[in-house]
Amino acid sequence: MGDALLLDVVLFLPLAGVALLIALPSDREDSIRHASLAVMLVQFLLAGWLYLRFDAASDGLQFETRLPWIAAWGVYYQIGLDGYNVLLVLLTAFLGPLVVAGAFSAIRKDVKLFYGMVLLLQFAMVGTFVAQDLFLFYLFWETMLIPLFFIIGIWGGERRIYATFKFVLYTAFGSIVMLAAVIYLVYSLDATTGVTSFAFTDLYRARLPLATQVVLLTAFALSFAIKVPMVPLHTWLPDAHVEAPTAGSVVLAGVLLKMGTYGFMKLGFPLFPDAARLLAPVFGTLAVVSILYGACLALVQTDIKKIIAYSSISHLGYVMLGLISLDLIGIQGAIVQMVSHGLTAAGLFLMVGMIYERCHTRELAAYGGLAKALPVYSVFFMILTLASIGLPTTSGFTGEFLVLLGAFGASWQAAAQGDTLRLALAVAAVGGVVLGALYMLSFAGRFLFGAVKVPHGTQADLGFRESAILVAIVVAIFWLGLFPAEPLRKTELAAKAYQQLVMTARVPDAAKLAREERR
Amino acid sequence: MTSLLTLIVLLPLAGFLANGLFGNRLGNRFVSVVGCGLPLVAFAVTIQCFLDLQAGGTPLLDTVYRWATIGEHTFDVAFRFDRLTAVMTLIVTGVGSLIHIYSTGYMKEDASYARYFSYLNLFLFFMLMLVLGRSLLVLFVGWEGVGLASYLLIGFWFEDPDKARAGKKAFITNRIGDAGFLLGMFLLYQVLGTLDMDRINAAFIDGPQPAVSASLVGILLFIGACGKSAQIPLHVWLPDAMAGPTPVSALIHAATMVTAGVYMVARLSGIFMHAPEASALVAAIGVFTAFFAATVAIVQTDIKKVLAYSTISQLGFMFVAMGVGAYAVGIFHLYTHAFFKACLFLAAGSVIHAMGGEQDIRKMGGLARRIPVTFGTFAVATAAIAGLPPLAGFFSKDEILWYAFASDRGGATLLFVVAAGTALLTSFYMFRLLWLTFFGRSRMPAETERHVHESPPSMTGVLVVLAVLSAVGGFVPVPHYLEAMLPLPEVVEGRAALQTPLMFLSVALGIAGLLGAAWMYGGNAERAKRLAPTFATLHRLLSGKYFVDEAYDRLITRPLFWISDRVFLRVGDRALLDGSLHGLAGLGRRTAGTLARIQTGNLHLYAWLALIGIVAALAWSWPHG
Amino acid sequence: MDSGPALVALGGGLFVLGLLGVIVRRNVLVMLMCMELMLNGVNLLLVVFAQRGDSIAGGALVLLVFVVAAAEIGIAIPIVLLLARRRHTMELDAYTELQG
Repeated sequence: MGDALLLDVVLFLPLAGVALLIALPSDREDSIRHASLAVMLVQFLLAGWLYLRFDAASDGLQFETRLPWIAAWGVYYQIGLDGYNVLLVLLTAFLGPLVVAGAFSAIRKDVKLFYGMVLLLQFAMVGTFVAQDLFLFYLFWETMLIPLFFIIGIWGGERRIYATFKFVLYTAFGSIVMLAAVIYLVYSLDATTGVTSFAFTDLYRARLPLATQVVLLTAFALSFAIKVPMVPLHTWLPDAHVEAPTAGSVVLAGVLLKMGTYGFMKLGFPLFPDAARLLAPVFGTLAVVSILYGACLALVQTDIKKIIAYSSISHLGYVMLGLISLDLIGIQGAIVQMVSHGLTAAGLFLMVGMIYERCHTRELAAYGGLAKALPVYSVFFMILTLASIGLPTTSGFTGEFLVLLGAFGASWQAAAQGDTLRLALAVAAVGGVVLGALYMLSFAGRFLFGAVKVPHGTQADLGFRESAILVAIVVAIFWLGLFPAEPLRKTELAAKAYQQLVMTARVPDAAKLAREERR
Repeated sequence: MTSLLTLIVLLPLAGFLANGLFGNRLGNRFVSVVGCGLPLVAFAVTIQCFLDLQAGGTPLLDTVYRWATIGEHTFDVAFRFDRLTAVMTLIVTGVGSLIHIYSTGYMKEDASYARYFSYLNLFLFFMLMLVLGRSLLVLFVGWEGVGLASYLLIGFWFEDPDKARAGKKAFITNRIGDAGFLLGMFLLYQVLGTLDMDRINAAFIDGPQPAVSASLVGILLFIGACGKSAQIPLHVWLPDAMAGPTPVSALIHAATMVTAGVYMVARLSGIFMHAPEASALVAAIGVFTAFFAATVAIVQTDIKKVLAYSTISQLGFMFVAMGVGAYAVGIFHLYTHAFFKACLFLAAGSVIHAMGGEQDIRKMGGLARRIPVTFGTFAVATAAIAGLPPLAGFFSKDEILWYAFASDRGGATLLFVVAAGTALLTSFYMFRLLWLTFFGRSRMPAETERHVHESPPSMTGVLVVLAVLSAVGGFVPVPHYLEAMLPLPEVVEGRAALQTPLMFLSVALGIAGLLGAAWMYGGNAERAKRLAPTFATLHRLLSGKYFVDEAYDRLITRPLFWISDRVFLRVGDRALLDGSLHGLAGLGRRTAGTLARIQTGNLHLYAWLALIGIVAALAWSWPHG
Repeated sequence: MDSGPALVALGGGLFVLGLLGVIVRRNVLVMLMCMELMLNGVNLLLVVFAQRGDSIAGGALVLLVFVVAAAEIGIAIPIVLLLARRRHTMELDAYTELQG
């Protein structure tokens, strides 16, 4: 029972942190920074404890809290950990202190407001992952936008207003459509089974006709696909990343992008399985397009943040491919790839932030030979680059390998029954590893090698704080790359449940039935 | 007993970490001791494992840990030491250690001494993982890992952007091969449910034919081998890889990494034995690459580039052997090639060292008297690669030519003819290299000539050892040793009688190459200079390496960038996607603007509008009660 | 004598007069007065119908209207005065800034 309360503590701790910050005077900037870091560290430790105590063998929710909220509508405050979110919550809590520590020297004005926003964002993100009630989920989903709007809009780069409005309006548009679908879904559930509930477990049992499923899935998918982001709904990401301050980019890439894939995995596909299977070719194609298109675009960028932004689009294409493959290996690979991308992208953005603080430019052409000028920096950069392209022993390999293996396996079986599109998609996705190596190594080459070109003269190499942040990330990357067995065990039951939910037909295939009757 | 295998793999890793983290602080002496000592210990442990294998008879197995479990699928990190692995591991640790020792002399003046040795140890770690791996997964980890080490070492002197780019080129070309390799792996896993190579072989040899074409798998895996072992069309990275330090070229791009493709085919011989189409492709590409590379080597003027193309050519030979089912013979050539090619590269390094960095053979000449040990070892290795008996190269090359002709698993006269032609060319260009570098009048600038000196014992000692191995290594019956695992093919009916004549032919070819080179390039290469204008076009074609790099750039690289920039970025992302977004936003703004015109600020208008609204509402609701 | 129809007519007439005044007149104060006229017309109608229909609600509503009208005038007149002090005119056409 105490452990269940612990999850509530983990969730509300950042909110308490906000209250703490309000109490602190605005000019005591160092106290504010340290207080925020302390709050985030405590949250990480508690989340880590929950992770260790997470029982891989038990099905269903753990550390659950369920309290009636708006009982008349069937809305409950219900949170819990299961295989779907245990790794993602750990990732969010892990990145929290890194984000706060990374911003120490970067944010100099309105420090109190900034860290308040970061803590609020942390609260909303953890909430989205642990919510088990659709109303609560939607609430947290929307809440995430507010602090990010301010973070990008106030402390961002030159075109920050444009970028933040684009991001918020684009995402909010998807959310509105999803809201309509949510309402209709709950209404349908009530109409067909008489149960008024927003709880996920109840909603999984809804039996909707195929056409309705397709419409609702499209609505949900719109919102999630914008968040992932999937091509062609991705154009907000490069601008948001480029204009956001480092901390914003780190959080955006590290956690926020996982919301979309988590949404697909927890809600989109399992709620509407028949539609999901019907539209699987569409999603699969978009996933592979994301992989290849994102990689191609990353090749021709001149802004170093944009390169990483487009690489994110490419990496998350792998996640979507793994999810839609409905192969257990592919699904597990997708989950690992989510975490891996969170680590590598966060690390790369942190590194970009570090160099930007020194040299004040994001133009790739302005840099060169950093391996000589800042050797320690370069070592970390190289490691993150290699993890990004899926070098074995890093988490990137675990994710990509399992996703591709699963996707290929599923598509080979489909090909045996005449569906060659999936096989072609899987083969094309494997080609993505070549493009990934191409753009990342081109980037690393121009950045680290060649004649030394450091804007604004010689710069200091990494300090203790910066190195500590990067060491933490690198350790996590190698842990997931070399010893993925334990995390995979924890997520296995959820992966199986997801597979089961999506592969089981909720409504009998009306067309098939009609054909059979005629015979 | 079994954890010895893990020890072999981990020793270089410890070296990498130690030298990488502390090397700069603890000085070159520490780096040398750790960097060379650990591989030597690994070599000793390998010998111990070899003796254990001989004593026990069964392969040594070691499961280190379980990497992942998903459903009923398990992926283990496990090592296996059988006869094939024994040969490979001995080469890797043995020749590897020698090259490490050589490096202490060659890289002594370099500022990044510690970094060099840490990378070299990293390479050894991954290479050992590759050859000791029991499953394709572990092999692939090693496969990609050596690609990484190669990238880091080719671009070792990264301040030169060309050298850094060469490293990138190697990695990307390798990756293209890896894509094929991955597909082959996935296919195997899908059909057989395992990545353990011994079980894969067994499934193809013993069991009923699996539900997938062995040739398809074979071709996919061979694509990976083409990338790693620099066969056409993925050979373009190897000549550029000469940008790295010479010991690196010796170790990675001659003796070990590039042979990984050959090893992989041998390891999975079970598949290839039942894949006639794939085997035919292997042999065809092998012989074509061998001939192609040999023609290019004839006109190269950089001492390392000649050796690079020579390596590509010799790898082609190994694949010819693989393609005709003579796997053990291919490995035998891998073994002898490791000796004489490493010797050649290291001797070339010695020449470069003596010449103060010069690599152009047009600026050499007359070095035989000045650096006798280097010359002697270079000459022995050259004779070995030319296939002159009783040196090592003769035995392995002769066997390959024989089986190319007579194997019942794909031997053909055409194959033999092209291979024999390549052997002739090999002898020719190698002796050309020898002549131009060491004989005749000196063409060196005076400044360089004054500084020519023999290399330190750390370098010459290794050269002598390798030269001796090149000389006598052929007497070790490697194919016979491997026969239990890799049975040799049968000889086609009626061709058995030709074995001895063909052997004489191959010796004759070697001698012919020697004489031809001596004739052309002897006496200050007068005849070569006189003949050059007659073959100008051919010369240009060969010097330009058949312009393959330019073709790739024109047909692949530039279109890729063009499409990504012009089509995807400008048209796709900016014009279409962002454009539609901006269009929507603009539409919203315009609509709002139009609607806002009602707000005139004039109260009278508002009053009128309110009145009209009320009247309309009343009028509408009146009939509805 | 049944004064109902006459009173209704009177109330309606007052309302219409006020409405016309609001629409036609340009002086802000006069518009306010006309609005009051409209309110009074409505009040009269309410009282008449309340008395006829024998309902208290109408009367209560009249009282409510009184209060609201008083409050509204209490705010409107000062606003108009303040505006007039700035622009030195009472013409409605001078106050069109809240546009676009």
